[in-house]
Amino acid sequence: MTSMFLELREGLTIAWWAIRANKIRAILTMLGIFIGVTAVVLMSTAIKGIDNSLQQGVSSLGSDVLYIDKWAWFSNEEWWRMRNRRNIEMNDYYRFKDLVKLPLAIAPVSNTVQTIKYGDRKVEMVFLNGSTSDYVKTTNFDFSAGRFYSDIESDGARNVAVIGSEISSKLFPRGDAIDKTIKIGPVNYKVVGVLAEQGSTLLGAFNPDNQVFVPLGTIFKYFASRNMRSITINVRAANPEMLEATKDEAEGIMRKIRGLAHNEPNDFSINQQEGLTSFLDSITIIIKIAGLFITGLSLFVGAVGIMNIMFVSVKERTREIGLRKAIGAKRRTILTQFLLESSVICLIGGIIGLIAAILLSFMLNQFFPTSVQYDVVILAIVISLLTGVVSGLAPAYTAAKLDPVDALRYE
Amino acid sequence: MNIINIEHIAKIYQVGMEQVHALRDVSLKIDKNEYVAIMGPSGSGKSTLMNMLGCLDTPTSGVYDFKGVSVSEMTDNELARIRNKEIGFVFQTFNLLARSDAVHNVELPLIYAGVPSAERKERARQALIDVGLGDRMHHKPNELSGGQRQRVAIARALVTKPAIILADEPTGNLDSKTGEEIMALFLEIHEKGNTIILVTHEEYIAEHAMRILRLRDGLIEKDELVERRFIPKARETIL
Ligand SMILES: Nc1ncnc2c1ncn2[C@@H]1O[C@H](COP(=O)(O)OP(=O)(O)OP(=O)(O)O)[C@@H](O)[C@H]1O
Ligand SMILES: [Mg+2]
Repeated sequence: MTSMFLELREGLTIAWWAIRANKIRAILTMLGIFIGVTAVVLMSTAIKGIDNSLQQGVSSLGSDVLYIDKWAWFSNEEWWRMRNRRNIEMNDYYRFKDLVKLPLAIAPVSNTVQTIKYGDRKVEMVFLNGSTSDYVKTTNFDFSAGRFYSDIESDGARNVAVIGSEISSKLFPRGDAIDKTIKIGPVNYKVVGVLAEQGSTLLGAFNPDNQVFVPLGTIFKYFASRNMRSITINVRAANPEMLEATKDEAEGIMRKIRGLAHNEPNDFSINQQEGLTSFLDSITIIIKIAGLFITGLSLFVGAVGIMNIMFVSVKERTREIGLRKAIGAKRRTILTQFLLESSVICLIGGIIGLIAAILLSFMLNQFFPTSVQYDVVILAIVISLLTGVVSGLAPAYTAAKLDPVDALRYE
Repeated sequence: MNIINIEHIAKIYQVGMEQVHALRDVSLKIDKNEYVAIMGPSGSGKSTLMNMLGCLDTPTSGVYDFKGVSVSEMTDNELARIRNKEIGFVFQTFNLLARSDAVHNVELPLIYAGVPSAERKERARQALIDVGLGDRMHHKPNELSGGQRQRVAIARALVTKPAIILADEPTGNLDSKTGEEIMALFLEIHEKGNTIILVTHEEYIAEHAMRILRLRDGLIEKDELVERRFIPKARETIL
């Protein structure tokens, strides 16, 4: 046991010397592992980041909400078939609202894209959501200041607005948005509420943080005439378990409202988060496989480099190996020594790669969601050690089975 | 008791289609505390025999008993253990680790023997003092003269207190005066009770030993006792 430990320590010392004696060569080899490990760490942090961000984004849609729309979010149907559907109009909404019993809340939504201004600050291409005061009940919004617009403001189509956290921080860096008058397009609105951050950088314009919410009546008044555009009806089930029942009810009632015969297909779609989740899942799986392939490839190249260097190292030190055997080193000892050498090279390269990747991912975080987790640290270390052992195995084995006499004779 | 008992040993190398008989039929017994010199023309099989005796190589045929145990039946690990504990090798070309200092070079066999660090260092130091290098402990091989390097190699061979010392032309790379110093050292080691076998081309070096073995074409041509041993100056006659 003590001899094992001594041999291990001696092996480490020898490895360290061998590396130091050939610094440039070792550094070039480490570069291969460095790039591989950096790629692995970056890729896995990026994937985690995308996952987290999508998860947040999707959950901000609410798992218990249905979106009755002219368009299906994900569908095999040709888009022109959907385009030829009749619009969903406010009258559909009123009749729907009268007939349904199950939902917790229902809100008609119409949106347009507008520029929002305050003084000389402005945010362009903002999703402007028009709805009723019930809209807030179909979401999980929290407010960092103020409130959602009221029934009276909604019914009276008052010029009041609730703004997302990012809009707020862009227009009101000091956080004093409430009661200020902003310009949406050419129209003045008073800010009555600011949403707390919902937090999903990936969803972009679809993220509530980047949106503005106003009474539906004002949308029709200033931005779009009442029957020009199809609205969406947001329906929130009483709880997630009731989602299917609520969906069945909604489908039946919509068919009735739209006067569809038995053999006619739906001329509307009922969308929900689930479809989005599975769609996003399929995208992230593609990203993951591609990432795995690329990082695997770069690691493989690094490993081949190490193997090459280790073979050279064994050749160069043939006499030394012969001597060590002549004075009592066992095969196992020689094997361990060279495995340690390749592992040390890989570990050093891997640790530098890990540090680089962490720094890089902090930098990237400005533009792109990343998330460094410490299982990644363990992953990087395990991968570099594994690469070291795997790529060192063949050269180490060659060294271990050298014949001592031949090795000592080697010129 | 015989430390070494060899009977009808042969070693044949296959080079392409040709067979090289490095050793043909060698039988030999060596006792404890003998001092044997092996001589013979180049290519007569001296190094081959030494490698065999040192358990670095195995014979093609024949029997080799080391301390009564058959070497041909030993596993690889047992051979490594014998080389480590029972045999001290001294090479013509020193074979020191270039990047390690004298102490570390001498320590090496003790590492493979599993001796703990403190004891290892102490024994390595003592061995270096014994060969007269007490003031060169931390010199690297390239900071030492040829004779000093060979002393480090001898210290490395002695440090495990082996049963026999095997030296293949230990003075081959040294001038005659330095060679003389190394031979004096061997004499001292022998007087302490060690068994020594050395290969040399020089008659006067061989005459330091008690017995000379003359090889020719893989056969023992002559096995004789030295009548007038060569005793380095500043020493009394032994016989
Ligand atoms: N690995 C080998 N393969 C083939 N032939 C070998 C091998 N090793 C030694 N020989 C042959 O065996 C014979 C004996 O070699 P050995 O090295 O024992 O000679 P030696 O007596 O030590 O000579 P020298 O005095 O020159 O050192 C030589 O003819 C040599 O060519
Ligand atoms: Mg020879």
